[in-house]
Amino acid sequence: MPSRLSAVWLVLLRALFLLALLVIIPLLSGCARSRPTGVQAVSGTSPETIENKGSDTIVNVALAWAEDYVREYPEVRISVTGGGSGTGIAAMINGTVDIANASRQMKPEEINAAEANGISPKEFIIAQDAIAVVVNPSNPVDKLTIQQISDIYTGKITNWEQLGGEDRPIVLLSRESNSGTYVYFLENVIRMGEDSDLLFAPDTLLMPSSEGISAEVRQNPNAIGYDGLGYVTPDQKMVAIAESADGPYVLPSVDAVNDGSYPISRPLYMYTAGEPSGQIKAYLDWILTDGQQLVLELGFVPLR
Amino acid sequence: MNVRVAGVERIVKRLSGLRRVRRAGGSEFAIETLIRVLGFSTIGFVLLIFLFLLREGIPVFFETTLDNLFGQQWYPTFDLLGTLPILLGSMLVTVTAIAIALPLGVLTAVFIREVAPEWTRDVLKPIIEVLAGIPSVVLGFFGMTVLAPFLRESLGIPTGLTAFTGALLLAYMALPTIISVAEDALDAVPKGYRDAALAMGATEWQTIWRVVLPAARSGVVTAVMLGMGRAIGETMAVMMVTGNAARMPLSLDSLFRPIRTMTATIAAEMGEVAQGSVHYHALFGVGIILFVLTFGINLMAASAILKKRRRGGLR
Amino acid sequence: MNRHLSQRIGFGFTALVTLVVVAPILLVVGIIVVRGIGTVNWEFLTAMPRDGMKAGGIFPAIVGTLILTVGTALVAIPIGIGGAIYLSEYARDNWLTRAIRLAIVNLAGIPSVVYGLFGVALFVIFLQFGTSIVAGSLTLALMTLPIVISTAEEALRVVPVEFRTVSASLGGTTWQGVRRVVLPQALPGIITGVILGLLRAAGETAPILFTVAAFYLPRLPSSPLDQTMALPYHLYVISTQVPGMPIGVQYGTALVLLALVLSMNIVATIIRSYFRRRRQW
Repeated sequence: MPSRLSAVWLVLLRALFLLALLVIIPLLSGCARSRPTGVQAVSGTSPETIENKGSDTIVNVALAWAEDYVREYPEVRISVTGGGSGTGIAAMINGTVDIANASRQMKPEEINAAEANGISPKEFIIAQDAIAVVVNPSNPVDKLTIQQISDIYTGKITNWEQLGGEDRPIVLLSRESNSGTYVYFLENVIRMGEDSDLLFAPDTLLMPSSEGISAEVRQNPNAIGYDGLGYVTPDQKMVAIAESADGPYVLPSVDAVNDGSYPISRPLYMYTAGEPSGQIKAYLDWILTDGQQLVLELGFVPLR
Repeated sequence: MNVRVAGVERIVKRLSGLRRVRRAGGSEFAIETLIRVLGFSTIGFVLLIFLFLLREGIPVFFETTLDNLFGQQWYPTFDLLGTLPILLGSMLVTVTAIAIALPLGVLTAVFIREVAPEWTRDVLKPIIEVLAGIPSVVLGFFGMTVLAPFLRESLGIPTGLTAFTGALLLAYMALPTIISVAEDALDAVPKGYRDAALAMGATEWQTIWRVVLPAARSGVVTAVMLGMGRAIGETMAVMMVTGNAARMPLSLDSLFRPIRTMTATIAAEMGEVAQGSVHYHALFGVGIILFVLTFGINLMAASAILKKRRRGGLR
Repeated sequence: MNRHLSQRIGFGFTALVTLVVVAPILLVVGIIVVRGIGTVNWEFLTAMPRDGMKAGGIFPAIVGTLILTVGTALVAIPIGIGGAIYLSEYARDNWLTRAIRLAIVNLAGIPSVVYGLFGVALFVIFLQFGTSIVAGSLTLALMTLPIVISTAEEALRVVPVEFRTVSASLGGTTWQGVRRVVLPQALPGIITGVILGLLRAAGETAPILFTVAAFYLPRLPSSPLDQTMALPYHLYVISTQVPGMPIGVQYGTALVLLALVLSMNIVATIIRSYFRRRRQW
């Protein structure tokens, strides 16, 4: 009996190896054929797969758009990945993505790097976003000036007491450095739009994404964080912001962004490799028109 | 030494399938060459990995100054590539993890091997193997949702996402390795040592504490090194619970503050780098540091084990 | 203090420490099971995700993990077993063999994220496979290789030398001896090692982060050059990057991944102990 059993094992093993050969050979020849011929050949395998990558701020909207669009046009395939604006822009420079999502503009050196690879990024504004500053619901502080936020995040103010709150240390939460939101916050809030070299305090916790910030803010009374309006869940408390101490202190909302009264809001971008055509153009046109309904539903500010 | 009769019979039966005695030639030679190649391939892979890491990492030394690379500020998107905070971060978390895991692991090994009755072994070993199998991301998830808030509330620290939380998770991940090596080390102590101690009137506990454990010393050291190698290379669990703040851990309370490790840095930032940029090269540089560190640690551990095997005994 | 009293205390202390080690393991598994079991049903396991991944199922992630595991096996098994056979049957005790063993120790110790870096540099960029199942599988296979080689070599080594000497004395060459006699005897141990290696590959996130994993794909992958979703990456993403993700879905995904890995572990253990009992030596 034992010898028959090991004979069976051997037969199985042989069959497995043969199977492996049968699979590997066409696999390898397939790879050799479909290797992209140049950097312009961006979208990997089949022409109907649109690769969409980048900003974690935009990723939920991008996901909703993809789901809706594919329902209407089932022959199109869209793959959505997050990773941060930096990831999407890097992919654009490397030529590995069709549409890059970015919650900040491409920097001039990034555009140059892309053009050095033969790619001319084309910029589209696809929505607007307010940056909300959030604290734990039990935190009594409910208004801050931009100067105060800058001091908090550079480590000058370290205790909630200094802001009229309880005697608790301030725990700083931020997105990772690859996030467009991070860059936008640094340039427009911490540096207050000026040309300085202030940086986030080294104590700042860099969370993998928006949900990381939310998870900590909602259960830690010491925490302060920032993120796109669409990511603020009801169990977080938003702080009203003013440009200067005489106010007015404004809470972020769609209206406050549209009438310009909320000081920290920004456009959200999608970049394509060169002028879009075919499926990609159709998708972008849809995003700029029919897709805007989803923008509102997800808590962002639609284009007017 | 006897060969079981049944075994010989079966071998004869299997080989009688051979029609004639074949010499190593033709297809036999091809197969043996293939096997030889596969055997050498491991060296090839290691060299390949090291080569690619070097290829993509060395340029960073030409693209920025040593002052920058050994600085204290890691803000890579602003060209500040000071690796000290993340280097020290990895060190802090690893050392703490081993400090926790070593006593836990050795004492557990003592319990399983020396103290507990035989049947408990069959219950405990599978449970410990379960721990070895739990994926890093699942432990990180658990740490993030359960452990961190618990630590924040019970220790009264500002946030539960700290070096200590990471070290705690790493300690548990290293435990199966440490326990297993410690068990082997305890086993390797010759029975004669124990018998001699007991014959002189020592209790079992005294024997363990004063005779067996000291004799197993080098095995314990090996366990430490293997555990360290495991801990320093861990990525997902630390990324989810240490807060990822590139802070210089200079004081003792840094243990209960957020920290950033080298592995989390690579995992968090790799997606955003443009190929060929300074940041890209810097991350590969960090990869080289990790490669060299783990190579060194595992080399020491392996040579310790090999030396022991050759000498055939303790110490 | 009485020596016997201190022995009691000492023994009790080690028992306590063992409890401290073992109890949290049960706690972690228990909490995940309790909080996740409510979400896991047939739909969860077989449906595509809906509603920004907050509803529906995790089918594509499960399939993706299975595909990656198979891909890893296809590469790691032949190379790993071949290498093990070389080390156990053919290698002589010279510096070359020591170098090979050193290489294996080294490969085993490389952090998973460094494998990810290498995978991006070689497979994604240099060989131009892009982020694809091929790139991910090759990276995971490399990571799994040392485990397969070590356990396979151990399994071969345990087969008593008499098997080989009898085979040789009957006129068989080394390879014939290996193929017909030693390998079948060592097979259960090898298979155990392979399964243990594969379960490690199934659970790893860092090597697939940049070589294959995607956040959302509307359809299952259709070619080896496609990206795919995968369970470990999926758990990471939904627990850290999707706002408003119901906690039940997170725990459910963790439970599915844990169950997959643990069941592979159980299968390997069963194979090992079953065949240990039926060994011919």
